Amino acid sequence: MLAAIRKNMPKDKVAYPRLPSFEVAGKDLKRTFEESLSKAGGKLFDIANKEEALQLFAELYPDAKVVCSATAEWTGNKSLEEVSAPGELENVDVAVIRARFGVAETGMVWLTEHELIVNSLAFLAQHLVILLDPDEISENMHTAYRRVDLQRADYGVFVMGPSATADVGAVLVRGAQGPRSLSLFFTKSL
Amino acid sequence: MSTTKVKVAENAAKFIQQDDIHEKLHDQNLWNVRMRRDTVASAIPEWEELRTLASRIKEHTLTHLDEYVLQFADNAEKRGIKVHWASTAEDHNRIVYEILASHQVKRLVKSKSMLQEECHMAPYLEKRGITLTETDLGERIQQLSGQDPSHIVMPAIHQTKEDIAKLFAEKIGTDPNKVDANYLTEAMRNNARPKFLEAEATMTGANFAIAETGSFVVCTNEGNADLGAAIAPLHIASIGIEKMVPKVEDMGVFIRLLSRSAVGTAATQYTSHFSGPRKGTEMHIILTDHGRSHRLGLEDFWSSLKCIRCGACMNTCPVYRRSGGLSYGATYSGPIGIILDPSYDEDKYSELPFHSSLCGSCTEVCPVRIDIAEQIVKWRKVMSAKKKLPVGLRLAFGVTGTVFKYPWVFRTAEAAGKWALKFAPDALIYNKTLNAWGRQRKLPEFADQTFRDWYLKNRNKEPKA
Repeated sequence: MLAAIRKNMPKDKVAYPRLPSFEVAGKDLKRTFEESLSKAGGKLFDIANKEEALQLFAELYPDAKVVCSATAEWTGNKSLEEVSAPGELENVDVAVIRARFGVAETGMVWLTEHELIVNSLAFLAQHLVILLDPDEISENMHTAYRRVDLQRADYGVFVMGPSATADVGAVLVRGAQGPRSLSLFFTKSL
Repeated sequence: MSTTKVKVAENAAKFIQQDDIHEKLHDQNLWNVRMRRDTVASAIPEWEELRTLASRIKEHTLTHLDEYVLQFADNAEKRGIKVHWASTAEDHNRIVYEILASHQVKRLVKSKSMLQEECHMAPYLEKRGITLTETDLGERIQQLSGQDPSHIVMPAIHQTKEDIAKLFAEKIGTDPNKVDANYLTEAMRNNARPKFLEAEATMTGANFAIAETGSFVVCTNEGNADLGAAIAPLHIASIGIEKMVPKVEDMGVFIRLLSRSAVGTAATQYTSHFSGPRKGTEMHIILTDHGRSHRLGLEDFWSSLKCIRCGACMNTCPVYRRSGGLSYGATYSGPIGIILDPSYDEDKYSELPFHSSLCGSCTEVCPVRIDIAEQIVKWRKVMSAKKKLPVGLRLAFGVTGTVFKYPWVFRTAEAAGKWALKFAPDALIYNKTLNAWGRQRKLPEFADQTFRDWYLKNRNKEPKA
């Protein structure tokens, strides 16, 4: 195959371009992030303390039976330590995960196996609660990829709101195969 | 695989004639997507610069492809991924089956991969006893319909909600009277869940392959690729060799362009990076050529390998929107299909380059600046030179060749054409044998003044800058 590639490769070589990062001085990253995530179907909340977070959680998910947390800041009623196969998380109603950082341009959060503990948590759960430090927002995809360390994660994903599809009659539906909703709690720590 | 010539104009006619609903909705839905693309693209001041950068990165990679493919494979192997090499579609399918068979896999879930479509992998595996479930909703609709995808991003866009309600009622027992996207999506979600949980293996494609780290990137809105990969103990990814990019930072450029061009959102809901197997599981990559190195050697057409499969050229194409993707009889339809498909089979796809108005809109929206319209013209030349045209087109385009070569002939012909059209009977212009393209459309009225005449008369009136 390599021989076929070498035989057919164009003789005129093109140089690798210099990539700017297109940052704009003075941009309100939190506000931009909020606008972007709202467009992607996520909901955002400023959280002052643990009590406020617990109260909001109870209001948002009154019917949640199984809550599973991947962060020490939150206690659910299903422990990831007891999970021996990823499919066991299929009954999770709400998953709580702390994201490493967010991206203002798109409203994405970056998650790896280090934040998820069990990767399937972010996809089998019916609803996601993401904790994010408002000071950990990267401006755009160029700056975000500087923070992504693929050498240290076998799996890493930018999550932009809940799962979605428009495959039936071009109508947007939130909650395709993965989570039906995503709520983002702005908090430095709980 | 059939090698009968695809009669795209005839097929498109059938799509248009079936009723008063499908073509209209198809046209409208895709135009809406195109408008959304314009809105989000215009909100980014550096949009045009991003397109140029994306084009450069791809051209750089393709002109150094041997180095990057090797670098990618080495780095992936260092992370514990098993890398396989497939020169042909047959090699690809055989390798997939061997991996599945050696793990006693009976149930496979897969996300959308155009490469696997190219290879006709699904029927190959099904014949060998593998139960394969498409997990992308659009692909699943197409699988249940027994049809190929009609669009590379929206595989079932040619079907109405009513079509899908009827299909799901038949296949998964939904209420045939409930024609509601939320209801139907929910029904398939519930149908697919157990299949994700039971599958012994999952397959994905890749949108990008990063040479510097050996990672591959998969973009979905449904989360179906991640769901499969997070549960199954075996993950096989099919990756075309043209998917390479040199560095992680290149992804910033491509992710900004991909979904904005495709459907007018800032990105897909999930942008997933696989750089190694989950603990206790296996990950395999099949680096596949399937005609790509051949295309790399075609001077006029190699830059089509820059394509990132966003589908923007399809959404904007007035001919595609009115034809439906299945009319092209190929894995790739629309403008990108017109320039990719003939490099696989010049006979089978000889009519495709003529299924275009050459309006050039595809070139204008392409996020990696492929000169699609120009390549369509070049494919026409290939087909003309090889006399692969139907007789009506051979006559017409034989004349066109001369006319474009000598502008004065065009100007005379234009004036004469106006006169001729005035008096030519519709029976000649819309003749079914000589001009299949005339059947579902009327020629617009010729303007009284040609653009050239208007320009010569008016150019001096413009205020000087």
